[in-house]
Amino acid sequence: MQQYFNQLAATATAALRPREVFTAFVSGEDSDFCRFNGAKVRQAGSVKQCKLELRLIDGRRNAQGELSLSGVRGEDEQRVLHMLGLLREQLKQLPEDPYLLYATEVHSSERRQISDIPDSAEVVSRIVDQAKGVDLVGIYASGSLYRGFANSLGQRNWFETANFNFDFSLYLRADKAVKTGYAGFAWDESAFAAKLATAKAQLAVLDQPVRSITPGQYRVYLAPQALAEVAEMLSWGGFSLKAQKTKQTPLLKMIEAGVRMAPSVTMIEDTAGGSAADFNDLGYTKPAQVKLIDAGVYRDALISPRSAQEYGVATNGAGSDESPQSLSLAAGSLSDEQILPTLGDGIYLNNLWYLNFSDRPAGRVTGMTRFASFWVDHGEIKQPLNVMRFDESILRLFGDKLVGLTAKRELLPSSRTYGQRSLEGVHLPGAVIDDFSLTL
Amino acid sequence: MLDGRIKKLFNETQPQVDFASLRYHRDSEDSATVRQDVLQPLATRRDEGVMVTVHHRGGTGYGATSELTETGIRAAFARATAWAERTAAATVTDFSRLQMPHLQGTFRSPIKQPWDSLSLGAKVELLTTLSRGLKASAKIVDWSASLWHQRSERLYLTSGGGEIYQDFDRLMPMLSVTANDGTETATRTFGRMAICRQQGLELLDQSGFRTAGQQIAEEALALLVAPNCPAGPRDLLLSPDQMVLQIHESIGHPLELDRILGDERNYAGTSFVTPEMFGSYQYGSKLLNVTFDPSRAEQTASFAFDDEGRPAERAHLIKDGLLLRPLGGTVSQARSGMPGVANSRADSWRRPAIDRMANLNIEPGSSTLADMIAGVERGVYMRTNCSWSIDDSRNKFQFGCEWAQLIEDGRLTQVVKKPNYRGISASFWRSLKQVGDAASFEVLGTPYCGKGEPNQAVFVGHATPACLFSDVDVFGGE
Repeated sequence: MQQYFNQLAATATAALRPREVFTAFVSGEDSDFCRFNGAKVRQAGSVKQCKLELRLIDGRRNAQGELSLSGVRGEDEQRVLHMLGLLREQLKQLPEDPYLLYATEVHSSERRQISDIPDSAEVVSRIVDQAKGVDLVGIYASGSLYRGFANSLGQRNWFETANFNFDFSLYLRADKAVKTGYAGFAWDESAFAAKLATAKAQLAVLDQPVRSITPGQYRVYLAPQALAEVAEMLSWGGFSLKAQKTKQTPLLKMIEAGVRMAPSVTMIEDTAGGSAADFNDLGYTKPAQVKLIDAGVYRDALISPRSAQEYGVATNGAGSDESPQSLSLAAGSLSDEQILPTLGDGIYLNNLWYLNFSDRPAGRVTGMTRFASFWVDHGEIKQPLNVMRFDESILRLFGDKLVGLTAKRELLPSSRTYGQRSLEGVHLPGAVIDDFSLTL
Repeated sequence: MLDGRIKKLFNETQPQVDFASLRYHRDSEDSATVRQDVLQPLATRRDEGVMVTVHHRGGTGYGATSELTETGIRAAFARATAWAERTAAATVTDFSRLQMPHLQGTFRSPIKQPWDSLSLGAKVELLTTLSRGLKASAKIVDWSASLWHQRSERLYLTSGGGEIYQDFDRLMPMLSVTANDGTETATRTFGRMAICRQQGLELLDQSGFRTAGQQIAEEALALLVAPNCPAGPRDLLLSPDQMVLQIHESIGHPLELDRILGDERNYAGTSFVTPEMFGSYQYGSKLLNVTFDPSRAEQTASFAFDDEGRPAERAHLIKDGLLLRPLGGTVSQARSGMPGVANSRADSWRRPAIDRMANLNIEPGSSTLADMIAGVERGVYMRTNCSWSIDDSRNKFQFGCEWAQLIEDGRLTQVVKKPNYRGISASFWRSLKQVGDAASFEVLGTPYCGKGEPNQAVFVGHATPACLFSDVDVFGGE
């Protein structure tokens, strides 16, 4: 595909008129999906897709278009030329764009992740075999993914990988379930069997009388998967320069009023340690790391080229949404053995669900507990809990309510597949939080 | 209308299987935004591809491709057929026994003023003018005016001679104003993204888009100095642009049959509704009447057939508060043995059809908005959704709105900020006290209803009047 993309870029370059520049960003996949319910197949299929984002620039005027590629060279060349023509017509009617910024220094790159993914249908057969007798529900996604950049100045960037992500739950009854997953670049039957066995063992713990608790303040442990939901809320404008400048960041109090998180909280956009491409759609290369929060203090924002131009600062290669793609929270010091004793009497939360802001400028979020949640009594897991709603400030959750972060972190690749399979992920520890507010 | 190219390709490539279908999509999207009086880069999107589906030997498989050649579609069918054969022994139902529809028909959005009837330059000029009108104060720190347009043509062909062509044309105008003072920020929008319909540019006048700017700017500024919404139980009057989310999350999703069957338990969740409840469960007060209504042509999710070729008809899901019928398409109906509706839908050629809401509406009642306000001694009137969260069984919810006013002794009084409320679906709808009449009824929707594995986001319509609920737990911000 890389060679094909470069050929299309050459076609586009040849079609340019004097003064014109183009940028192109391609993203595509050749994926298999198999959806399970009750350890049986609900839907299975394959999706082959490739989309191309083209931007035509003439002086300070620019217009962008996106088109799906067919994989047939003559047809795609026509589509690219047609889109260029459409964009050229648009430019005639557009004013100059004061915030246009694109890479003019050529920095080409190429990166391929080594993988050995198995035949998907074969994996599906193994899953069905191993899941006999349990109520397994979820999705297996597998296949190749790529991202590429080209411009008429000669820059070429390519990133390609192939991976699988089996995101699944085992259900006991009603909403009592254990959620887990197995993702990677090569299928290891014994590793999958171990994941399944662990989930089955946790399911047995759920098979006890359920405890209902009343709203109030509780000490809780948020496992890395639960903390990932909180991190996603932070990523929704929390580190965006535009959100900062327009006062819409949920971290407004950190920026405007000097509020700090706990000194143990350090967050970075860890492009070097993540699995996303290290270049953006305007040709800028991302630094290996951007320190977002340093020992509890807000430090750097993610800055798209457009925001850079608008606010007079340098871009750090962020995409237009200025949200992290590989967010990493530094580990703490709590060992696995210390989690339950530190929790004492409280709640062990494996997962949170459906978070949203209840007061965005104050950084307050609401959401639900989901899947396996347990009541812990004197450092011992006692009973599963019914789901509860929480409403809590992220600033306090990572601030004065933070008891400690775990020493062990989990690398959690995103299982999102809106439009296409995601390359994002987070690297997070677990966290013990005091006085966590449950409201319903 | 499409030429015969796709039909010819389907006829040439369909395999010898129990059932085969091809769903072709040709989509175009255009959007323009003027933010802080500066035109943002235009977005132009062209997308084309097919989804083929095979049921064979009891199994099922699909293949999606944008390679619209005999080779490409044949390869997609080969992959779909291989999936059907490889999974046949372990599927949730015997797919070969399903009675899939093979009908013919067409649908077109009722467009009066087409998107292209106004030049790009004129659209930019309109948005620039509207944008300039939004900056009413130095405290307004961000503001924008946008137009988003989508045309989506779909051709559905089946091995039994089914042939359905549908041509959807949607428009969504948007305005947004954000005001700030220190650590206080307030945003008001023009219905957020709820004003989305299958209409042409006539929607701009019908919806009041051209004249709404001054009011939302003033309201954003008023919120900056308003006290927090008080906490505690109060009567709650919800405007249609909040009712949209209330219907969507706590009626629509719980009634989706695939959730009830467990398909969504790993992602979007399950439902507190069980099959035995249909026909006997009192979902809400006797004032609650909910319809699946694909026949209101201008509503955003109207269609003549769903994406598995089933003809779409209006049906009551809840009548006089009684739960009658789930939202389930052909496959879910066969699996469950329950009646449903034509709601099997996909967001694009990349995704298979699943049970979705389409237009899910609350029928108008008999109360005027003035009467509802006049009848409240101690309450809150909330408008325009800005926050939504609900548990995976679709029971414990919490919603937030952009704007609220207290209702005291039958009158709208103090503006209050950061209004939120929480409740439980199973009891909330029984507290429905009054339903607005046709004068407060608005045809709204949302372009982003997320669900499914792999994930997909579809347009959903919700037409509703304002509604009044008693004794709801309301509260404000920090």
